[in-house]
This record gives sequence, C-alpha cells and structure tokens, in this order.
Amino acid sequence: MKKYTDKGKKDTRSGFGAGLYEAGKADERVVPLTADLKGSLKMDAFAAEFPERYYECGIAEANMVGAAAGLAIAGKVPFVGSFAEFVTGRVYDQIRMEVCYGETNVKIASSHAGITLGEDGATHQTMEDIALMRALPNMVVINPCDWTQTKNATIAAAKYDGPVYLRFGRPKVADFMPDEPFEIGKAYVLNEGKDVTIFATGHMVWESLQAAEALEAEGISAEVIDIATIKPLDTEAVIASAAKTGAVVVAEEHNMAGGLGELIAGVLAGSCPKPVEYVNGKDQFGQSGTPSELLAAYNMDAAHIAEAAKKVMERK
Amino acid sequence: MQSAADLKKTASQVRRDIIRMVTKAKSGHPGGSMSCADFLTALYFNVMDHNPATWTRDAKGQDAFILSAGHLTPVYYSLLSRSGYFPVDEMNTFRKFGTRLQGHPSVEKGLPGITQTSGSLGQGLSAAIGIALAKKLDKDSHVVYTMLGDGESEEGQIWEAGMFAAHHQVDNLIAMTDRNHQQIDGTTENVAGLGDLTAKWVAFGWDVIEADGHDMDAILDAFAKAKAKVGQGKPIMIMFNTEMGHGVDFMAGTHKWHGNAPSEEQCANAMTQLEETLGDF
Repeated sequence: MKKYTDKGKKDTRSGFGAGLYEAGKADERVVPLTADLKGSLKMDAFAAEFPERYYECGIAEANMVGAAAGLAIAGKVPFVGSFAEFVTGRVYDQIRMEVCYGETNVKIASSHAGITLGEDGATHQTMEDIALMRALPNMVVINPCDWTQTKNATIAAAKYDGPVYLRFGRPKVADFMPDEPFEIGKAYVLNEGKDVTIFATGHMVWESLQAAEALEAEGISAEVIDIATIKPLDTEAVIASAAKTGAVVVAEEHNMAGGLGELIAGVLAGSCPKPVEYVNGKDQFGQSGTPSELLAAYNMDAAHIAEAAKKVMERK
Repeated sequence: MQSAADLKKTASQVRRDIIRMVTKAKSGHPGGSMSCADFLTALYFNVMDHNPATWTRDAKGQDAFILSAGHLTPVYYSLLSRSGYFPVDEMNTFRKFGTRLQGHPSVEKGLPGITQTSGSLGQGLSAAIGIALAKKLDKDSHVVYTMLGDGESEEGQIWEAGMFAAHHQVDNLIAMTDRNHQQIDGTTENVAGLGDLTAKWVAFGWDVIEADGHDMDAILDAFAKAKAKVGQGKPIMIMFNTEMGHGVDFMAGTHKWHGNAPSEEQCANAMTQLEETLGDF
C-alpha cells in the first residue's frame, strides 16, 4: 500500500494557527476573535502581528459569535475560536440565527474536539458537535486529519464565502499529508484497496492508515478515504468506493448520533446498500485519561478499525 | 430631514400601518411596535444618515440599524417602506406565505433595509458591535444604531455585549432601549425585576442618556446628545421611557397587546384615534 511518513508529531490546532496567520497575511479582511483561549487556539502569531484586527472577547462566547456576524456583514472574514463545546452547544442559537440563517461569512474554529482532548474529561470532550453543525442549513463542516491539512483547510475556509465549521484537536498526532491546497467538498483517497473501504475523518485518518497496514499484513486490501469535508459530503466518491469494495467501515472521533457514520450509511442506503461497521463513540460521555488510553478504551483506535474491517467483510 | 412636527405626523401613520398590518395578518406584535414608534420614526426620518437608493447590506458609507428586538417587525417594515426601501403596498403581504416581510426580519428573503436577521432575543447588540468594529477598521465614520427591548435585556448576551463594547471602546455605536416596562408575561418588574437599567448600563461603562420616548422634541434632543458623544471612547445608550401600545387607548400601558392582533372592530376603533397622514397602504 501507499506509504505515509509521519513528519513529526504536531497538534492540529497549531495547524489552524499557522493557516490563520497565512490567511490573515494574504487577506486583511481576516479577523480572528477568541473567548480567552488565544494560546489554546494558537492565535498568538496572528495577534502579535495584526493586533488591530484581532479581538479578545473574554469568556463570553455568545457575544463573540454575534460580533463576528456583524463583522462579516460589514465585509470582514471573522474566525471565532474556542473549545468545541463552547463554539457549538453553548452558542447553537447564535450560530443558527446570526451565521446560518443570517447568511454571514463566519468561520467557527473548534479546537479540542473529540475524546482525545484527554485529561480534562467528559465536560470538554465534545462528541456531538458534528451532528449539531451538520444539521444547520448553509453550514460547511470540515474535520481535517493532521497539522498540514488543518493549515490548508483553514486557508481554504478563509477563501470560501459562507459559514464554515472547522474542527480540530488538542493532542500532538502524526503529520503526514502533502502540503497542497485544500479542496472543500473533496474526499481524499489516501490508499486504494479492493476488499474493504475505511472512511475516516479527523484524527481517525492516521489510525485508519495504521489499520490498513496491519490488514495488508494479513492479506486484506483496505481502501482508506479521508473525509475531511463532512458537509457537503463527496457522495460520488463514497458511493464509488463502497460499490468497488462492497464493505464499509466509518471511523470518527464522534458519537454515533448524527455523525459521519450515520451520514454515510444514509447515503449508501439510498444508492448503494452495503454492510457498514462503525468505529465511533456510542450514546455516552467520556472520562479523564490520556488520548491513547481513551481511544483504546472507547474502541476508536487502529486495532478496532482493523477488527471492524474484518467483521464487515464477513457480512458481504 | 423631517421637523418634530412632521415626525409626529409620520409616527401617526406608522402606528396606523402597525395596527393595519397586524390586523390583516391576524398575528404579530403591535404593543412594542407602538412604544418605540416615535423615536424610531425620528431615527429613520431625521437622525440616521441612510439612503435607500444606495443601501447595501454591508452598510458601507451609511449609518446602519439593527433591530435587536426582532419581533417588532410591524414598526420596522412601516419605517422601511415609508422611507422608500420597498413599496408601501408590500405591507399587505406581512406574514403571508412567500412574503419578504417575514414574521421576524430575514435576510434570506432579501428585503431591502434588513441588515441582519433577528428574533432570538439578545443578539442584535452583538451584531451591531461587529459592524461598528468593522467601520472602525475601514475608517468609516458612520454610526451603528440598534434597538433593544427592555424585556430583551434579561438575556445574558446583552451584558456580555455591554462589557465587550465598553472594553473595546466601541464609541461609534448608539443603542436604544425601549423602556416600556412590559413583556409577554406581565410587567418587567413582576417577571424579572429589571430594576434601574440606566444605573446598570452606567456601571457597565456606557454613556447613558434618558429621555421621554413619546416627546418628539425630547427624542431629537437625546439623539443630538448621543451623536455628540460619538468618538468619545464609550458606547452610548439612550434609555427611552415609553408606554407599550402608546397611541391607542385600549392598547396602552398593558402587556396584553405584546403579541396579539386586534379584531376588525378594534382596528377600526384604533383608526379613529390615529390621523392618516401619508395615505394607508
């Protein structure tokens, strides 16, 4: 299979910070806002170089989203940044009204998403945000997989005219994607295979590549597809791969309800029914622990992806 | 720019429009629309630098207005159409299927003059702040106006916004509170104990001006004072003391007309109390 090399462990939130800086340097309409999480969201470089168009909002996310909508109305490209919980659930009404129905060009930068947030525990381990954001008309949902893709997705989000939910995480993970412009709405085929397709998003993409390597050693050819854009979903690519391999695994650091798994299952049920196994959170909250401990305990690591692949192939 | 005498006549027509729109639609929010009708008429026909012919949603080169209390579309649509943003006859479509005059302001439907959707209370002030920040970045000296209901001020986001605007010295923002002391469930003091709103805004670092919201001379004086404070480092709040349902005897001073439509007979009665000055739609 195609080899991907880890260029060194990096956090995806730093990829966001790098992309934000680059986008802001290229376009003075770019204006980030944060709710007392400049450091966590890696906005320091931008804030240091462009202090006149960076807004510290204090711990007041609702006003932050509203002010961003106003900035967007007047032609700016605001990025509001906070932890996933606080830029989705806490401000759902504001995003629905001011951003999506209000048709404002606001980017929601959502860090520390998923269970790999780790030690802070279930209060901050948001596993429902994709469902919330997917449900909103006009919203684009992007969950890039590594530092490089997050950087490039941030740049693409700044150029895109409309609301974007950009989801990334806290831990340092493998950085393996090529440095190329990000295409919103494109499913990235990282490895071609013939026996089973693994659709993955976010941190689960690297885990899926590891799983595919393990499967290859057992003689199983797994196709790995990075669903970096969850909405709009590249349905053509999803259907084509499922039709080719006839068995599907969906891996995501998100709960079942409203996540990528249900989304892909829905698409396949309508056009190309194939067996599907899910590697995701169930109807539950997380707990404190290290990211790797948690991924293993909640069945969301490479080993569980490989297991799901074998299981779904038996259902062909 | 209308004189105080002309503004009173315009406001009378605006009140007729409010009651006739709500009566025809058999739904809507007349009470609060009538309490803010005088000072918003002054805003649109005297105070604000705006031009319907060149208006764009981004409010570039003009003053901007956001109706934070989004349910008050009857007064808003009357002011916009009477100012020339869209044909007066379109008020006949208020709340009807397919209309641009949605129950609450919608940008999706593309009604000229609507800068931002609103209706979930407590959000318009934040959006106004954002536009004001952008105007500062763009070195556009125009002012951003927004209007809050007093009941709306129970929302936490209002106070987040209040703190933010003072901290960031958003001094090109003039907010208004329609202090009519009523909300759906009763008086503001019985429902939530709003207390001394003026003192609260002062404590949040705002310049606050109080005025009688039904005395046109006092209204114009308050706006003049507010404009003089623009650029002085503080956001500005005008606390307009008003009466819900003002202008029609059976609607005045009660929360009962917050969100209820008059009957045909009640509408006819109200019309006898309000002079037709610009021709009904």
